[in-house]
Order: sequence, then C-alpha cells, then structure tokens
Amino acid sequence: MILGLDFPPIDEIVKWPDWFAKGSAFGFNKVALIYVLALVIPTLFFGLAGRQKGFVPTGVRNAAEAVIGFVEKQIMLPTMGAEGRPFLPLLVTLFSFIFVANIFEVIPGFQMPGNARMAAPLVLALTVWVIFIVVGVQHQGMGYFLHIIWPPGVPTGLKPLVGVIELLSTFFIRPFSHAVRLFANMLAGHILLVTFSVLCISLWTASPLFVINIPTFFMLVGLTGFEVGVAFLQAFVFAILTGVYIGGSMQGHGDEDPLHHDLAPAAAH
Amino acid sequence: MSTLATVLAELSAADQKKANAATSAGFAYGLAAIGPGIGIGYLVGQAVQAMARQPESAGQVQTTMFLGIAFTEALALIGFVVFILLKFA
Repeated sequence: MILGLDFPPIDEIVKWPDWFAKGSAFGFNKVALIYVLALVIPTLFFGLAGRQKGFVPTGVRNAAEAVIGFVEKQIMLPTMGAEGRPFLPLLVTLFSFIFVANIFEVIPGFQMPGNARMAAPLVLALTVWVIFIVVGVQHQGMGYFLHIIWPPGVPTGLKPLVGVIELLSTFFIRPFSHAVRLFANMLAGHILLVTFSVLCISLWTASPLFVINIPTFFMLVGLTGFEVGVAFLQAFVFAILTGVYIGGSMQGHGDEDPLHHDLAPAAAH
Repeated sequence: MSTLATVLAELSAADQKKANAATSAGFAYGLAAIGPGIGIGYLVGQAVQAMARQPESAGQVQTTMFLGIAFTEALALIGFVVFILLKFA
C-alpha cells in the first residue's frame, strides 16, 4: 500500500488461472489461448495469401508479401546474405509468432503479452540453438567446434582464454540471453502498463491523489503506444539475432568476407 | 532505547530477510541500468551521426544499431530479472 494505492502482487499479473483441466499438464489458461492464437492468426494470414493465383497480388497477399519482403530485406540479407534463403521461412515464422504473441499486450480483453512467461521464449531460443549448431556442423564439419575452442587469428598465448570465453558464450550464454532478452522486455512492459493502470484507478476515487494522477493517464496512453513499438522491435530483434547466429555458423571465424566483417564482433556473444 | 531500535528488535528473521531482499533488489536494478544506459546512449548517438553523415547507408546502420542495442540491453534486462527474483521469488 502506497498512499492508498494497492499494487497487485506479481502472481496476480502474470499467473492466470486455468479454465479447464485445472492443475494438470493440459491446463488451459489465457496465456495458452494467446499462444494458440499466435499460431492460428499467422497461419490463416499466410495461408489465405498463398491461395491466391496469378501474378498481380491483391488484398491480403499484398500484406503478406510486404511482411516477407521486410523480413528478407531487413533481417535475412544483412545477416546471412543470399545463402540464407533456406532459413527465410524460419525467420518469417519466428517473427510473426513472436509479434502476434507480443501484441496481445495492448489488445483489450487480453492485455497480457504471451512472451511474458519464460516458456515460449525459452523453447524458441533452444530451437534456434539446435539449428545454429547443426548448421555449423553441416557447413564446417567438426572444424566448427575446433574454431571456437582454438580460434584462428588470435595470439597463441591468448588462445586458451579466448577459447574458453567463446565456448561459454556461444553454447551456454547465447540461448539464455536470447530467451531472457525477449522475456524480460515483455515482462517489464507488462509491469509498466499495470503500474500506470493502477495509478489511473485513483482518478475514479475522490482522493487528493486525483490532481497529481491526471498526467498518469496521458503517460498510460503514451506507454501503450510505446509498447506496440516494443512488441514489434522485440520480434524483429529476436529474428535478426537468429539470423546473426545462423549466419555466424555458416561463415566461421576466420572468414575474410568484408560484408560480414562488421557483424562478426557482435556475433561473438 | 529508541522506538526505531525497538521496531528493529521486534522484526523477525524472516522479515529482516525480506527487507534485505527488497533493498538489494532496488540496488540490483539501479546498478544494472547504469552501464547499459551509457552504452545505448553512446551507441545511438554514434548511429545518428553516421546516418546524418551518410543518409544513403541509413538502412544498414539502423539494422546494426538495433543489433547493438539488443546486446547492450541484455545486461539491463538480466538486472531486471535479478530484481524480480530477489523481490518476488
């Protein structure tokens, strides 16, 4: 209780009660519904667009092609180049699933970002983790692991140290930070909106807080718009990091390609 | 014996643990926000400068900028997760 305002405990704002099959592994609550919707909406969207025949796109196909073109130009080409084309469906899937799950943060009636629970980001990050290791072994054989443990282009005395750091950061910290980045951003946004909503409730009561809480309403409106941007940006960042990780596995460390040189230091984490 | 000392003496061990957790949760997030704050400010400032000097490379700079923000921001977010764990777990 602060000045008569009652902030809800964290359990109340992220743990939703099961609607049926209570307590069992098949318990179905609001977050599960959001995941199902995040799966169904992009499937319908791209499915309807894919049913159109002919060369001139109209209606929903225009929108779908814009999304795919955005992912291709902004995510695939800068991180993987043209040889990343087999991974374009993966990137579009990740992007659309995460974006739709995130945007429920501001949709009235739901107002809970699906990715504010750790499960979905963790599963997505582990999937990406398996994929970039498999791609690394496919493209470089066992040299992929060798290049990480014994990195070329580093002074010999530093190689064991850099190797240990690289090993830890690539195989252990990378999936963790990949998942936590999405999860913590959405949870922070959710808590922010809840905080300002609770402050706005005092506008309905005849308390002296009424006067100083008028600006919080405008803050809430502004932050809702900000969270729409965050929902989009986090989906974009998750997909672009997927591209960077897979692209790094394709290229290897001792690569001389100038196009990918500027991304190489960032891919080390 | 002052009132404060009486209150402190009456706090149970569990209450004191809670108070310590709340204090350190505040410090955890506050300290974790310093570095990424400086980092993102510097990063975006440099990116804006690059885009102003070479508007034709704005797209590439923007993509790399978001990538850099994502890596820098991770530290602040881990601090936020530590805050949640200390406060509520």
